[in-house]
Amino acid sequence: MASPIPKSPEQSEKNRKYDRQLRLWNDHGQALLEGAHICLINANALGTEILKSLVLPGIGAFTIIDGNKVTEEDIGSNFFLDADSVGKSRAHVSTQFLLELNPDVRGDYIDEGPEQILNNSPDFFNNFNVVIACAILEKSLIILAKKLWELDIPLIVCKTIGFVGYIRVQVKEHTIIEMHPDNEIPDLRLNKPFELLKTYFDSIDLNNFDIRDHSHTPYVIILYKYLQQWLINYQDIPRTKIEKEQFKQMIIDGVRKDENGIPVDEENFKEAIKAVNICISHTSVSNSLKEVLNDNSCINLNSKSSSFWIIAKAIKDFMENEGDGLLPLKGALPDMIADTEKFISLQQVYHKQANTDIEAVWKRTLQLLRQLGKPSDSISEKDVKLFCRHASELCIQRGSSLANEYDAKLINTNEIAQSLENPESLMVYYVVLRGVEKFQAEYNAYPGEFDDHVEPDIVKLKACISKLLGEWGCAPLAKDDYVHEFCRFGGAELHSVSAMIGGLVAQETVKFITHQYKPINNTFIYDAVTCSGSTFIF
Amino acid sequence: MDSEYSHRKLSHLRKVLERSGPFCRPDFEPSSESLKFLMQTCKILVIGAGGLGCECLKNLSLMGFRQMHIIDMDIIDLSNLNRQFLFRHKDIGASKSETAAKFINDRIPGCNVIPHFCKIQDKNEDFYRQFHIIICGLDSIIARRWINGMLVSLLIYENGILDQSTVIPLVDGGTEGFKGNIRVVLPGLTACIECTLDLYPPQITYPLCTIANTPRLPEHCIEYVKVIQWPKENPFDCSIDGDDPQHINWIYEKSMERAVNFGIQGLTYRLVQGVVKNIIPAVASTNAVIASICCTEVFKLASSCSPSLNNYMIFTNTDGIYGYTYEAEKNINCLTCSQTIKEIEIKSIYIKLKDLIQLLCSKNDLQMKNPGITANISGKIKTLYIQSVPSIEEKTRQNLSKTLFDLGLRENSEIIVADVTTPNTIMLKIKLLKNS
Ligand SMILES: [Zn+2]
Repeated sequence: MASPIPKSPEQSEKNRKYDRQLRLWNDHGQALLEGAHICLINANALGTEILKSLVLPGIGAFTIIDGNKVTEEDIGSNFFLDADSVGKSRAHVSTQFLLELNPDVRGDYIDEGPEQILNNSPDFFNNFNVVIACAILEKSLIILAKKLWELDIPLIVCKTIGFVGYIRVQVKEHTIIEMHPDNEIPDLRLNKPFELLKTYFDSIDLNNFDIRDHSHTPYVIILYKYLQQWLINYQDIPRTKIEKEQFKQMIIDGVRKDENGIPVDEENFKEAIKAVNICISHTSVSNSLKEVLNDNSCINLNSKSSSFWIIAKAIKDFMENEGDGLLPLKGALPDMIADTEKFISLQQVYHKQANTDIEAVWKRTLQLLRQLGKPSDSISEKDVKLFCRHASELCIQRGSSLANEYDAKLINTNEIAQSLENPESLMVYYVVLRGVEKFQAEYNAYPGEFDDHVEPDIVKLKACISKLLGEWGCAPLAKDDYVHEFCRFGGAELHSVSAMIGGLVAQETVKFITHQYKPINNTFIYDAVTCSGSTFIF
Repeated sequence: MDSEYSHRKLSHLRKVLERSGPFCRPDFEPSSESLKFLMQTCKILVIGAGGLGCECLKNLSLMGFRQMHIIDMDIIDLSNLNRQFLFRHKDIGASKSETAAKFINDRIPGCNVIPHFCKIQDKNEDFYRQFHIIICGLDSIIARRWINGMLVSLLIYENGILDQSTVIPLVDGGTEGFKGNIRVVLPGLTACIECTLDLYPPQITYPLCTIANTPRLPEHCIEYVKVIQWPKENPFDCSIDGDDPQHINWIYEKSMERAVNFGIQGLTYRLVQGVVKNIIPAVASTNAVIASICCTEVFKLASSCSPSLNNYMIFTNTDGIYGYTYEAEKNINCLTCSQTIKEIEIKSIYIKLKDLIQLLCSKNDLQMKNPGITANISGKIKTLYIQSVPSIEEKTRQNLSKTLFDLGLRENSEIIVADVTTPNTIMLKIKLLKNS
């Protein structure tokens, strides 16, 4: 007898409000977001646009640090200020306007610049999940970056000048559990079936099927059966292109024929042939996963190890023991032509084994927690389940220190020199932006900020850039065009360019907080004139 | 009046509009006239007051534009609030376009946003002709195609030469999750939406025999209830309204029953909603990225300060940040924007009318939805089939199973097709495939 059908669940207001994003990062991603506290340094147009895209999806809390008073220019580019705000604290006014966007979010501000805070309360930054710095001066940036590097808190530095945008992410170590790949490779274990699967496959005899059953057999079973035939004559699964073609021909020959000897239309066999290339391969562990499993943090756990590393180690132990070199089974079966009964029974075989594997990894996790003297409830079975489901996607990113990038002896000058040789490369913008920072430090203004200074500033900015390139051992810029362009911009913040970079920074922030999707590594430069963007690694 | 344009709050814009630079368009002349034009004269239409539309109004108003219209037929729903930032909880149930326009006009002094609470199809050529640039943030491909067709129909050709002053640029944006795209269409000059129809993947459909006989996925169960069980039982005496929780509840319960019967796992309320309403995941940050690029393009087009995007850009930000730009090519046989006589190739003149309709819907470069067909038969215009008007549908239904030959059509006959995807009818000449 069928169990009673559940009534429709009551949808919470929150579920309904966040429905469109929950379909991206799910309830567990949302929970992380709602528990996160981020810090924004400087509420210029870029800063408030970033916060807007974090307040709307329901970040837990934000704190704005900004010692500036609102100017007329601010109002012209920043949506989270209004005509009455001039002269008031920019931190205060923008906090109020941003909080109107979402009553679920807490927000506060400090109307001091980062310089004062770094001086007076050095522990201020210790408890943020992500710190975002806009329009921060070079000197303070380096102090802040060093601090956050030690604390292992992600820092995102960003700015826009005219049509050019810049994002630099500094993160010591970031772990990713769910990558959300576009095309997921199914975990079918055809060349190394687990006991349960082998028994199931062996219980099926395609030759005994009538035409209806034959043409409603899932392609997974077809592939397995023909692989068994193949292995009678060959040592290994089909690997080369020629072997795969031969293997496909075997399957084609297996299609049933009508009374006239003409092959009938069997869709499931067509699917099987299409699936040969991705499904017939040795189940292997990707390099980025190997990197995780062989990482020192995974091998040598200690009392400070995060749940990520503890579960990663449990998976490693599983692979080295009951897993027989393989990851815990994903347990998901892609849709394929089949009748309901055959599909569901096959699905259940995979599902059952996946649960067995999760159980084993869970036991190993508890064992590790005991060894580390941690409470057994510090990791939930649900976490382990998620890990096992996405085990093949686990990834670790290790970034580089911004302080080193600002040290002429430590910066990756090869990347700069090589990129500058390519006239199309956006690296030139990086160089000019660094030059602008030097200019600001020296003259306390943006190059070209004042109408009557544009021409003289071109000469000065050029000098700043040449000095930098000299320190890096690079040749001077081939053309002055980019220097001219930045003096034309005069530090102008174009709203639509800031809104664009702001959206990107919010995306990266969500990635850091949820441990889903892969953040950039580590610098992104965008030119809104040509609509081109590039990623560089410093 | 002049002081308004030299106000300090505009100094960011004035730097790029009143100074020349090495990467400006050659025809760009820096002066205070540009900003005056943006603020006083340049009229922009924003289509859609959703995630992209709200962002666009904000971006445009801070890029100097003052004369804007916004058109949207929708009202505000709770699920909009995670990204449509001009709306508050108290606005639920109100018109999107009216609420958005009021918000912008209140926040930005001097802004004159005029709302239109209606469908784009409710407006005629005279309405669309008044705009300098149209920016489109829709999730409906049909509506995109319709506005594209409208803008192409506004073009005037004299002796085969396009009068450039009739070209109204269309800047179009779309998002899905952490991905999005932007394109700039200069109707008549560059690839239009119909030229590249194959860029839009056809909607996922499940074969009827699968959902009826061999369901395997929870989606199959939901589809079954939606397309077979609902029309049969007609529980609320109306068609499905995805926004009515009673409807969704009914579908959820019935599909759950079916899933349990077949031993299918994984059916959730969220999935039911997603399948019934064809929900596309949407998030504030991606909308911000795509809308702002669209608005930068509008700014470039209106001021001619920089060259435009040529002409298509895609963002995929699931793995780092990845943007890719390319030039979508104009299709010389485009049904909408080419000047050639369009043809439809059929296997035989003895196919049935319903097969012809099927062909109009399935052909990659046509993808019509419910085409109505009239034809010029021996000098007389005859209605062959129209689905959208019930009385005509009834009268013409019998034609569906007649052959084209029996209906009086021959090779080179002209059929006139009307469809929701286009504001104008399309003339197609019947051609027989050569090898058959
Ligand atoms: Zn076209």
